[in-house]
Amino acid sequence: MVKINGEDVNANGMKLTDYLQTAGYDNKFIAVEINEEIISKSRYAETILKDGDVVEVVNFVGGG
Amino acid sequence: MIPSKQEMLKAFEERHGKEIQQKFLSSTVAVCGLGGLGSNISVSLARAGIGKLILIDFDKVDITNLHRQQYKASQIGMLKTDALLENLKEIAPYTEYETHCVRISEDNIYELLKDADIVCEAFDNAAAKAMLANFVLEKFPEKYLVSASGMAGIGSGNLIKTRRISDKFYLCGDGISDVNKSGGLYSSRVMLCAAHQAHTVLRIIAGKFDI
Repeated sequence: MVKINGEDVNANGMKLTDYLQTAGYDNKFIAVEINEEIISKSRYAETILKDGDVVEVVNFVGGG
Repeated sequence: MIPSKQEMLKAFEERHGKEIQQKFLSSTVAVCGLGGLGSNISVSLARAGIGKLILIDFDKVDITNLHRQQYKASQIGMLKTDALLENLKEIAPYTEYETHCVRISEDNIYELLKDADIVCEAFDNAAAKAMLANFVLEKFPEKYLVSASGMAGIGSGNLIKTRRISDKFYLCGDGISDVNKSGGLYSSRVMLCAAHQAHTVLRIIAGKFDI
């Protein structure tokens, strides 16, 4: 299981980029950390989610 | 009659304690975007006696800003950097201010932020927020980032929270209230979020990293 934004998700072995697309995120508006490390957007395609990973996808909304 | 620097320092120390005030005084905080979040964050930090504020915005004061931003009707048309500087100097004349009237982009962001200990992301545009967050987290791993997402609408103030995403990345707001879907911005709710950000900055400087 991969913990994504606090929830267990069956995403082991999935490419980060595929997960983000399936979950409906627009890469323009997000920042992704895996195990407290920022993942640069150029690495989304090569990053594979592993069992036990803790993922935070911060989806920014407008307003300020 | 404006008090002297010594008198101001004494008043700060009486309120916050000498040790914490020295930490505030020796800190540099960058505020990126001087709208509803950034202008209110800046006022809080100047009032607290932060040593140096780096204030960045490319925009001018508009009539539609007055309902939530720390500007006056008489300042419409002024650069936000100039107008806020004027207001902050009246509140806290001995803080060091550095203003930059530019649109932050990946080309200038390093130079603008390199001297800051803590970066406040206070943009209104979601893509700009994400750009800044990614840049700071990737290029400045030693800096703290205090960002905001979700403070639009007239929803409950109690939904505005501070989360610690990772060691040096704090995120304030309700996380979901998008200005394009939540019916505008209300000064009190935006100020709550700005206050969360400013307070997080003060807590970080004071060495209190939990939320």
